[in-house]
Order: sequence, then C-alpha cells, then structure tokens
Amino acid sequence: MATLLMCAISCWNPIALTERPGLRQQLRQDQEIASEFELQNFETKTMKKFDVQTGVVLPLDRANVDTDFIIPKQFLKSIKRSGFGVNLFDEHRYLDKGEPDADNSKRPLNLDFVLNQPRYKGANVLLARENFGCGSSREHAPWALDDYGFRVLIAPSFADIFFNNCFKNGILPIVLDKKIVDELFTEVTAAEGYTLTVDLPAQTITRPDGSTISFEVDAFRKHCLLNGLDDIGLTLEDADAINGFESRWREKSPWYFNPPA
Amino acid sequence: MAGKTLYDKLWDSHLVKQRDDGTALIYIDRQLIHEVTSPQAFEGLRLTGRKPWRADANLATPDHNIPTTKSERSRGLEGIMDPVSRIQVRTLDDNCREFGILELDMNDERQGIVHVVGPEQGATLPGMTIVCGDSHTSTHGALGALAHGIGTSEVEHVMATQCLIQRKMKNMLIRVDGQLNPGVTAKDIVLAIIGNIGTAGGTGYTIEFGGEAIRSLSMEGRMTICNMAIEAGARAGLIAADQTTVDYIRGRPFAPKGEMFDKAAEAWLQLTSDNDAQFDRVVVLDAADIIPQVTWGTSPEMVAPVTGVVPDPDQEADSGRAESIRQALKYMGLKPGTAIKDIKLDVVFIGSCTNSRIEDLRAAAAVVKGRKVASTIELALVVPGSGLVKKQAEAEGLDKIFVEAGLEWREPGCSMCLAMNADQLPAGKHCASTSNRNFEGRQGFGGRTHLVSPAMAAAAAIHGHFVDVRDILLESDRAH
Repeated sequence: MATLLMCAISCWNPIALTERPGLRQQLRQDQEIASEFELQNFETKTMKKFDVQTGVVLPLDRANVDTDFIIPKQFLKSIKRSGFGVNLFDEHRYLDKGEPDADNSKRPLNLDFVLNQPRYKGANVLLARENFGCGSSREHAPWALDDYGFRVLIAPSFADIFFNNCFKNGILPIVLDKKIVDELFTEVTAAEGYTLTVDLPAQTITRPDGSTISFEVDAFRKHCLLNGLDDIGLTLEDADAINGFESRWREKSPWYFNPPA
Repeated sequence: MAGKTLYDKLWDSHLVKQRDDGTALIYIDRQLIHEVTSPQAFEGLRLTGRKPWRADANLATPDHNIPTTKSERSRGLEGIMDPVSRIQVRTLDDNCREFGILELDMNDERQGIVHVVGPEQGATLPGMTIVCGDSHTSTHGALGALAHGIGTSEVEHVMATQCLIQRKMKNMLIRVDGQLNPGVTAKDIVLAIIGNIGTAGGTGYTIEFGGEAIRSLSMEGRMTICNMAIEAGARAGLIAADQTTVDYIRGRPFAPKGEMFDKAAEAWLQLTSDNDAQFDRVVVLDAADIIPQVTWGTSPEMVAPVTGVVPDPDQEADSGRAESIRQALKYMGLKPGTAIKDIKLDVVFIGSCTNSRIEDLRAAAAVVKGRKVASTIELALVVPGSGLVKKQAEAEGLDKIFVEAGLEWREPGCSMCLAMNADQLPAGKHCASTSNRNFEGRQGFGGRTHLVSPAMAAAAAIHGHFVDVRDILLESDRAH
C-alpha cells in the first residue's frame, strides 16, 4: 500500500515540471513547431480519476467497430493527445470527408447516425456490439472517445489492444454477456433519456428501474482508474528488479544487446 | 507436468516480476518506432523529465505519412506536401535526435515500413520480445519473437522502463498440414484462417502457426502470416525459428556475428513448443483445401475463394451476422450471388507490411511480365516495403517489368494500405490490395478494398477483374 501511495504522490504535476530547467526551453521549441498549425498548448496525459458515473447511454448497433471507424487516419497526423472528439466516428457522423484543419461546425451532419440524434446528446456511456475497437493500435481511438465525453464502454467483447488502451486513458470498458447487452439495447432504444449508473468501486451498473448488473474488472486496472495513477511511476518503483533482470539477461543472451554494425 | 509452448517459454524468459493481481512486468528487448504513435510518448517523457531506459533498444523509421513519388521524395522533408504530415515526420527526427535513438530517416536507403525494416536489419531476432505502437507488430513473430502492438501510453512506458505490464494470454495452435497447391500463397493461408476463426477468433490468445505448410514457407511468407494474426484478433502470432530463420538472419547489420552468432543460433533452434505442450485451442487446416482468397466485405473475415460468390444475407441464420453482411454489401456496392471473378476493379495496390517484401514483388512481377494492365484500371501501384527491397528489386529488373506492364513503381512506405499520405483510394472505387484491412474508409474515404495475395492483385491488374491466378500460371507454363 505504501508503494501505491508513493506513486500517487509522484504523479505528474504540470506546474512543478515547467519549473524544471531546460524543460521550459524545450516546451517553447515544441510550441514553436506546433504553432505553425495553431496547435497550441501541448499537453501530456493527466489520467482522470474514475469513481461513479451516471450518464445517458448511446447505442451503437454494429459489430466489429474498428479503430478506423472510431477515428479515421487523417486525424492521426496530430502530435497532440487532445482535440479528437469532434472527429469521433467522423466518416459516419458527417456526410463529407473530414480533414484535420476543417471547421467541423460547418460540415453537413449525417442525421441518421445515432450520435447526431438529439436524444443521445451528452451521452457518456457507449453501448456497443462484439469485438469493439478491432484493428489498428492507435490510442487516438480512446483519446477521441474520451475527448467526446465517453467514460464507460459496454460491449460483449473488445479487441485486446483497444481494451488495454482504454484503461490508460481513464475510460472503463465493461464486458457483459451478449444477452444482457441485447437487453440494454432494447431498453435504451425504447426509453428516451435512458441512463445508467456505473459504480466502479462496487463493480455494478444500475438501471433506471434500480436493478443492478455486476461486472468484472482487473484489480490492478481498477486501482489505477480509481486513483488516476500513472503506471510508469508505479513500474519505476521496481527499477531494481528491472536492473537485476537486465544484467542476468545480458549475461545469458548477449546477442540481444549487440549494437548495430 | 505438461510441456511448455513457445509462447510460455518466451514469456517465462522475459518475466521481470509477477504481481499478485495476475499482471506481470515483462522485459522488452526491442521497441520499433514510427512517426504516428510516438510523438505523444516522447512528449510524455519530456514533461515528466524521464529518459529512455535503454536508448539502443529502440529503432525508428518514418513510414505512415511519407510520400511515395520520386519527385516528392527527392526533396526530403520539404517534399512532404501535407504540412501536418511533414510536422509529424520532422517531430520524429527531432525526438530521436533529442533522446539518442537511432532513426533510419526518410532519406536513408534503409528506411521503410517498420515491420519490413526490423527483420531486414536483423533488429528482430528469435527469442526477443518486441513492441511497436502499431498493431502489425505481430509480423515479427515470424522469426520466433514475442511481438505485439501497443498503444502510445505503452510506447512511453516501454521507453521509460524497458518493460510492459502484461497479463499472460492463452495459447492457440493453428496447424496447416500438407502442401499448398501452386499459385496459393501465405496470404491465402492467413485469409483462409481468418475466414475460419473470425476476426475475434484469436482475441486473448497468442497464436502459434505450425504444420508442414507453414514450415515450408520462406521468411517472407511467414511474416505475411504473422502480420495478419492481429486481423484474427491475436495481438501476437508466432512461428518457431528453424534453419530457414537462422539462414535469413545471418549477416544482417544488427545480428550477432561470428562465434556469437553460432551460439545464438543454437539457442534459437531450441525455442520450440514441447511435444507435450498444452494449447487452449487447436485449429487444423489442410493446405490442399486452400485456394486463392478474395475479401468481398469490410472485415477480413468476409472472405471467399476466388471461385466463390458474394454471400446472401437472407441465407444467413444469425441475424447479427446477416446485418453485418447487409451493411458491408451496401458499402461495397455488391449484390448477393455475384461471382468473385465478376467483381470489376479500378485500382490495384501492391505493397504494405503484409506483402511488400522481395518475394511478394517477384510473385507479382512473374504474373505481369510481358502483359499489360487492363485499360479500365485507373491506377496500379507497386510500393516496395523498404529502400533495400526497392534496391534488390531494381537489381533483379522487377521495376522494369512493372513499368512496362503499366504499373507505377514507387518509393517505400505504408502508402495506400492506410492512406495517410497522398496515395488514397477514391470513393466508390474497387481496389485489389495486398494490404491487411478492408475496413470502411481504410484506403481512402468511401474506397472499396478487396484483400488478395500479390499474385492475385497482379492478375487482377491485367484483367481488370478478379481471375484465378492458378489459370494464369497454367497459361504461362504452356507458353514456355
């Protein structure tokens, strides 16, 4: 527990860091590069803490939603972590082709697409189908979902890399039985303003009628989400173990430490 | 006690620390870096004042954004017309310089698609753990390395700690018995596998590929198979190292030399699944049953043999799957029952980390040699996977064969596989592509992708529609 507490303290603090000598200059250089495209205010991740979330549920009734669907490739050219929300589901949300520098407020909306339906405005729980997030490893997919405002994803299954990426960004992906997901789809579409309350500490989802569904979550990931932990800091607490492993491994398999010819 | 699988052995040999909650710290021997998924990771290091744990474990090259025409490439960074792409490539150069990481930059002849460059440079070795912020990192499993794609937060984590937090996956064995028929390639094997187990079939597993047909493949073919393990849902694919692997690695720049090579090779050849190893799932295919494959839909599992037809959603018992087929056919502009051979094409793309290696280019050149691209084909691109592949192909005269047939010979990069550069498939156009994903919009907004082998793509270029490449090869045999 002491280890975890230390990590929480060592988590990133933007004010302290900009005070570090040399860093300010580096930031300035980067901002100069970025300002060429008005990409101001470089950020790094600040993992949001997750506790209890209540919100409108948006049903995306489609299997195998891939990460190209979530955020098309042209938006991956950004060197930032934020600002992807307006291009979430871009190819389905708008009728034209999106470009990174476009004014999205002027683009024609696809009114048939579920995200554009007024009843789902402000949704922060996404209800999805099998194999959600398959395809590319782009973390821009969870960045886009997070930037739009989704904090919880519910599906019968997720693709592995995407699932992992969600936890690194304060998003909770929940796997539920296909039967329960089917029920939720029916309920969400039937009742306008349908909300769910997701309680991570209790690992329960509460429906509007008060009934609850319990869900599984990895203990380590749960802990990190609840505390907004930076897992690099946590790993570095094991620096001695890593160093020890590395020297044994170098001894045993020196060919992996060969510099290029 | 049951024996261990190759995956078990790779896992055990890299285990730094097992945590009580089931997660583990796994040591990473090599990280490959490209321009798209790394800027935010480097930025994270900067903002936390962290340094790479072991800078020489990293190797970078730009690939996703860079242009593939000679005129643009000859102008270096300034030749990248899209300013946002240019800044991303320049950011990689700057970051690598700042953090002391070796980069094969866009002007270096060794530059190329990161998954072509790694093995080519000998930076991918059997028994290693390898990561990259790219899902097709599974490619490197073809050399008996545990390799998988990670997100940008994990890229930063590996840079800073040389470790990854992992939970052990399950073991799957896919065995392809017997011998392939002529004209059938590694790409057809892996598409047939995905058609069989589905795009989520391998989720939660590491897939080891084995059997006579796999063992008979060249290293290039093996890389094609492992490359698409992720398209079957598996983060990592594996093929145990053998003499083919050892021969491939010998003499490559990053590979050990002399006595150390012999010692390493001896260790690598021991890295196989034990005879009594336990797999959680075993899938067996007969190579003789596999015929050239063509995808008709918007997921790699939506695949049919070239002799087949586009399916009818009304004949599909599962309502969810029927709906997926309907959505796919709508996007692809195809009618149920259409013969695969009747699908007309507008564009042909030969390239990508799946199929841009020398053997792929040879296979495509053999089909187009002495023939002409159909007049209805608007664009046919051949994009070699690296500068060294390009050089080799040119030494063999393959570039001339392509150009004489009417295909464009380009500079190395990811190109139209994901269309982050200018090489984009226009809306509504059908493309025979040797890449790995046929998702909506993948090759360009509204573009319609059909995944095939290099030989099948080349044959489609000549005919303007899909043909069974086996017929063409028979025809060539008769002519000679």
